[in-house]
Amino acid sequence: MPWNKYRATILSYGVRFSGKRMDQPVRPTHRRSFRSSTPSVRLALVLMAICSLSGLVFAQDWVKTGTSLGVEKVRLAVPDFKPSTTDPQNTALLKTFNDTLWNDLDVSGVVELVSKSFYPLQAPGQPPEVNFLAWNAPPPNAAMLAFGSLGVSGGRLTLQGWLYDVKNIQSPQILGKQYGDTPSDAAARLMAHKFADEIIFRLGGGLAGIAESQIYFVSDRSGHKEIWAMDYDGSNQHQITHLNSISLSPRISPDGSRIAFSSMTKSGWEIMLYSLDLSRAVNFPHLGGTNLSPAWSGDGTKLAFSASRSGAPEICVTDASGGNLHCVTTAKGPDVSPVWNRKTNSQIAFVSGRTGLPQIYAMEQDGTNLQRMTDQGYAVSPNWAPNGQFLTFAWVRKYGPGEPGASDLYLMDIASKQWVQLTHDGGRNDFPSWSPDGRHIVFQSSRSGKEEIWTMLADGTKLQQLTFAGRNTQPNWSWK
Amino acid sequence: MKQQNRKWFLLVVALGAVMMLGACGKKKLPPPPPPPPPAPAAPTAAISASPNSIQAGQSASLTWQTSNATDVSIDGIGAVQPNGSQSVSPTDSTTYHLTAKGAGGTQEASARITVTQAPAPPPPPPSATEQELFSQNVKDVYFDYDKAEVRGDQQGSLQADVQFLTQHPNVNITIEGHCDERGSTEYNIALGDKRATAVKSALVAAGINASRIKTISYGKEKPFCSESNEACWQQNRRGHFVYQQ
Repeated sequence: MPWNKYRATILSYGVRFSGKRMDQPVRPTHRRSFRSSTPSVRLALVLMAICSLSGLVFAQDWVKTGTSLGVEKVRLAVPDFKPSTTDPQNTALLKTFNDTLWNDLDVSGVVELVSKSFYPLQAPGQPPEVNFLAWNAPPPNAAMLAFGSLGVSGGRLTLQGWLYDVKNIQSPQILGKQYGDTPSDAAARLMAHKFADEIIFRLGGGLAGIAESQIYFVSDRSGHKEIWAMDYDGSNQHQITHLNSISLSPRISPDGSRIAFSSMTKSGWEIMLYSLDLSRAVNFPHLGGTNLSPAWSGDGTKLAFSASRSGAPEICVTDASGGNLHCVTTAKGPDVSPVWNRKTNSQIAFVSGRTGLPQIYAMEQDGTNLQRMTDQGYAVSPNWAPNGQFLTFAWVRKYGPGEPGASDLYLMDIASKQWVQLTHDGGRNDFPSWSPDGRHIVFQSSRSGKEEIWTMLADGTKLQQLTFAGRNTQPNWSWK
Repeated sequence: MKQQNRKWFLLVVALGAVMMLGACGKKKLPPPPPPPPPAPAAPTAAISASPNSIQAGQSASLTWQTSNATDVSIDGIGAVQPNGSQSVSPTDSTTYHLTAKGAGGTQEASARITVTQAPAPPPPPPSATEQELFSQNVKDVYFDYDKAEVRGDQQGSLQADVQFLTQHPNVNITIEGHCDERGSTEYNIALGDKRATAVKSALVAAGINASRIKTISYGKEKPFCSESNEACWQQNRRGHFVYQQ
């Protein structure tokens, strides 16, 4: 039962998932606006509320979810950093740095960036240049100010950056950082990511930022489906595998050192491992049959995947080296796309067609305590939120003749099985994968006309397209 | 005296006749031909074929008669009795030439048997055609959406496949499971795997040795048809048979 039915009654209230089952939907309780006791828990949870205006005016099936809803976001002003030297390289490097820093902070979901049109004409490059009154009062009315300078000197690129609480004139400095590197576009980008992560860490309740995280995905732009990687913001896209076959379902290990994926080999679909440290494939036994959709356990010691050994694809588990194979499902239906609950490291969600159209199931890693999570439609591609409490998945909720159902992304609370819809009116959406901070989701979508990779905040806002060349699918976000 | 007169009369008449005859024809009458020696009779020969048109592999009957011949032969057969018949089965159209030689000369006769080729061509080398026969006779098995059960209207195709594989026990196959474009990449490969396995199971149940059959799933990675409509989707939901040497 979708929540929009209660939209009118829960306007502007925070909503808490109840413990009841989805087939017995509970009316969200008023005045139990959700406030967790600790900041980290509060921020990790995705609160739910309604975007009241759009809900009332357009009466669409839109539900607003988000981090820190009900909490006013910090207003952060980020004037362009200034050149600290007169080197001719400075202009290009500053542009890269300023664009990257702005984007990182903008999509973080943690702060509200003050529009640059409100900024005073004089931007500071050094602490003595900060005119507090020009920033902490309207029009910018900023609470925080990030500023600094960057320049090349003696063949070395140096960044100095500060974060000031401009309302606290007596002791304004929250952060002061200096980075050095050989001058390059990549170095400027990396400095921006690092500095953004420092700011987000401090303003976002102590959760590490994601600006240095990576997204692994499948691209056919070389002519074959190969595994590719990119920075979380879509920059630095590069090809990892060159197998000239069909390679699918990349899954990065928790420590970021290896990618497990499945590839069409001479003996059929096999699980393969690629070491990013060694820049080559490393040994994993060929099991025969059809082996698909690997998933790492939270501690990186085990892999779960779909293996068709006795006729039907089942969920099987091995060591990270491929030993100790044992299968934990026995149903006749195709079982595929497992994902571990990385928090408890003991549960696996997966897709099964045992009753017809594929549905999401969850079970203990030994196969016990099996629960069906979805009750209708076509539900695939589960991904467990880092906090262990939510599943996202792709769902054609109303399926069948006369139901032109779209494949959209949904978020479900494991305990109550209540769900909300995250994407709307945007083509086919599939393969959601959570960012390490639990604030973002990367996914594939055909909304631009062909399959490309997009990110959004976990409430469905701040949509950004990351890929544009070829068809790009099955994104997988690194664990840190 | 009277007899004397008659004698003279006869003599005069005769003389007169001789004179008249002599006056009429100047040539002398040829001498009568000598009686010929008793010459030997000339030989006769006849030959016929029945029927005179056959298909290759069939036989026809040759029948011949000769007379006054001492040496009778037919080309391609050799010396034969003066009269007789023989069954022949030529592979190509043939003219049988009968020669009868005797003291009275030589007589010849001939009969032609026209051979038409048999309708079935002889089989070319087996390895080349087995693959052709495979593609002519083996039919893919189609599936309903999201289903991996071989449906009723595909049993005919399946029987044709079983028949071919039974008749060609050296042929190995790979069954590729395919799916339409809808739904998840991963789920479709798993579904295609089930489809390929379902076709394999049906073949094995019909007596085909499982070791001859490999299965593989392409999910929706290698569609036969790329439009987004049901006709195209149905083309893509199949167990596809691939010939393996």
